[in-house]
Amino acid sequence: MATTHSRTAARFMISPSVLLLLGWMIVPLSMTIWFSFQSYNLLSPGTEEWIGFLNYEFFLTDPAFFAALSNTLLLVLGVLVITIIGGTLLALLLDQPVFGQGVVRILVIAPFFVMPTVSALVWKNMFMNPVNGLFAHAAKAMGLEPFDFLAHAPLFSVTLIVAWQWLPFATLILLTALQSLDQDQLEAAEMDGAGPFSRFIYIVVPHLSRAITVVILIQTIFLLSIFAEILVTTNGGPGYASTNITYLVYAQSLLQFDVGGGSAGGIIAVILANIVAFFLMRMIGKNLEA
Amino acid sequence: MGSIVLKQVTKRFGDVEVIPPLDLSIVEGEFVVFVGPSGCGKSTLLRLIAGLEDVTSGTVEINGQDATTARPAARGLAMVFQTYALYPHMSVRKNIAFPLKMAGLDQAEIDRKVNGAAQVLNLTDYLDRRPGQLSGGQRQRVAIGRAIVREPMAFLFDEPLSNLDAALRVNMRLEISELHQKLATTMIYVTHDQVEAMTMADKIVVLRDGYIEQVGSPLELYNSPANLFVAGFIGSPKMNFIEGAEASKHGAHTIGVRPEHLVITQDAGMWQGTVGVAEHLGSDTFLHVAVDGVGTLTVRAPGELALRHGDAITVTVPGDKIYRFDRDGSAVR
Repeated sequence: MATTHSRTAARFMISPSVLLLLGWMIVPLSMTIWFSFQSYNLLSPGTEEWIGFLNYEFFLTDPAFFAALSNTLLLVLGVLVITIIGGTLLALLLDQPVFGQGVVRILVIAPFFVMPTVSALVWKNMFMNPVNGLFAHAAKAMGLEPFDFLAHAPLFSVTLIVAWQWLPFATLILLTALQSLDQDQLEAAEMDGAGPFSRFIYIVVPHLSRAITVVILIQTIFLLSIFAEILVTTNGGPGYASTNITYLVYAQSLLQFDVGGGSAGGIIAVILANIVAFFLMRMIGKNLEA
Repeated sequence: MGSIVLKQVTKRFGDVEVIPPLDLSIVEGEFVVFVGPSGCGKSTLLRLIAGLEDVTSGTVEINGQDATTARPAARGLAMVFQTYALYPHMSVRKNIAFPLKMAGLDQAEIDRKVNGAAQVLNLTDYLDRRPGQLSGGQRQRVAIGRAIVREPMAFLFDEPLSNLDAALRVNMRLEISELHQKLATTMIYVTHDQVEAMTMADKIVVLRDGYIEQVGSPLELYNSPANLFVAGFIGSPKMNFIEGAEASKHGAHTIGVRPEHLVITQDAGMWQGTVGVAEHLGSDTFLHVAVDGVGTLTVRAPGELALRHGDAITVTVPGDKIYRFDRDGSAVR
């Protein structure tokens, strides 16, 4: 029973935290916007001046920008596809009653607890290294030429590493969704003559759609800003082959010391993220409605 | 079409024997009700017939053919679940059409059958809604619709009315009975409610701890219960049981008297007692009468009675309405 009084009181009570969060967001954002209109390079201090949209012009016409844009989208899309398909299959597997279920589940979640730099280094040195890596050994054992993943398929390799990290998250969310599926529905479908595959397509997948939506939305937020894995493994290279927008902004502002250009890139990244979010919500947002 | 025979069927879950060896035959077109208290194995028995559980030993024959290892879908049975088990993401139309779609029928045929079923069940206006937008009774009808479109050899109902409120339950009870008259298909119905069993069944199977206590028509069970359990389970209010000296007079260990067979007499009678609680229902009056040496008897008197707490009355029962049971609870005939 919310009366007018209690609603006013509630607004009053939550106002400090709202104001704090607003300030937390608005200060860095307005500073970034301010810097993005400045000629501001750390190598020539004291020469800052207003240059209008020049930073944006440079950033948007840089050939690296389009490479980074498509890399960002490919990375997000690739990881989403792998984690959702792999996560669904893993969740189906983990839902089966097996001996040592608890231990197996913890093992599956484990990659999520490894910090990105560490897991990227492990993959780089222990799996993908063309001389000492496990994949190289496996290739040699089968009489094949070892494949230098990070040099010849850099974006694919980064996608693989990031997908490995996010697979547990997707698995976990999908597993809990799977466990909330009413067994009666599956039995009813079985009585109705649906085989295992039909039951999966017509009953399980629709039931999972909401969880899949949550996974897509949350992962997209984090995957748009993948950075550590790229820095540790490929440094965005060779060329711009594995540079995404986040890494490009980093390179602009901290390798070339161009704070103005970096800020402009940051603002563009914000706008891109919003465009992605808009289309995502249009496409799958309806799944979240009860 | 639609006869079901169970031969020496057992079911164990680990070390627990839920169904001890059990024989049962169900004739085509019968309305059979499995009734018993919670945990008596009636739902398990239904699931064994449906094929949702595998029997531990014994055989299940449907239409004279061994169906013990047949998949649920291959048995030609349709089931209505207690929770309805509707597919929440599909419209009512798609829910009802699902078994037909799985059977690979063409769209025109599916539409024809779905519309037919919807007409029978008064669902035509709701075909495009989702199950979540329907009331309990409507959902129940959708679940039944999904069962009847398949034209199964037998319907299995697993406590289908227990999630409905009392008034709706009476309605749906009638609708299911009418459906049975119309389709004349075998129906097996599980319930813990003896009123549902008595009103709907052609044949009642009373179960306790997996054992069949008695099989018979509702009135057979009412008039000649095989033992104390059946006598106490069938009939409402519950039968009065009297032990000791009073029972010995009739040559039994226990005697049973139904509340509706006790007659209130003014002066001379069998038992004299004082009225405890009197429940006035209008159509009937239930009196709880304390009788010395006998215990508390429930008396059902028709109509309104001006009897109150503490009044002294005398009750009598006709000699042929006394049920006699021996020491281990079996009826003495």
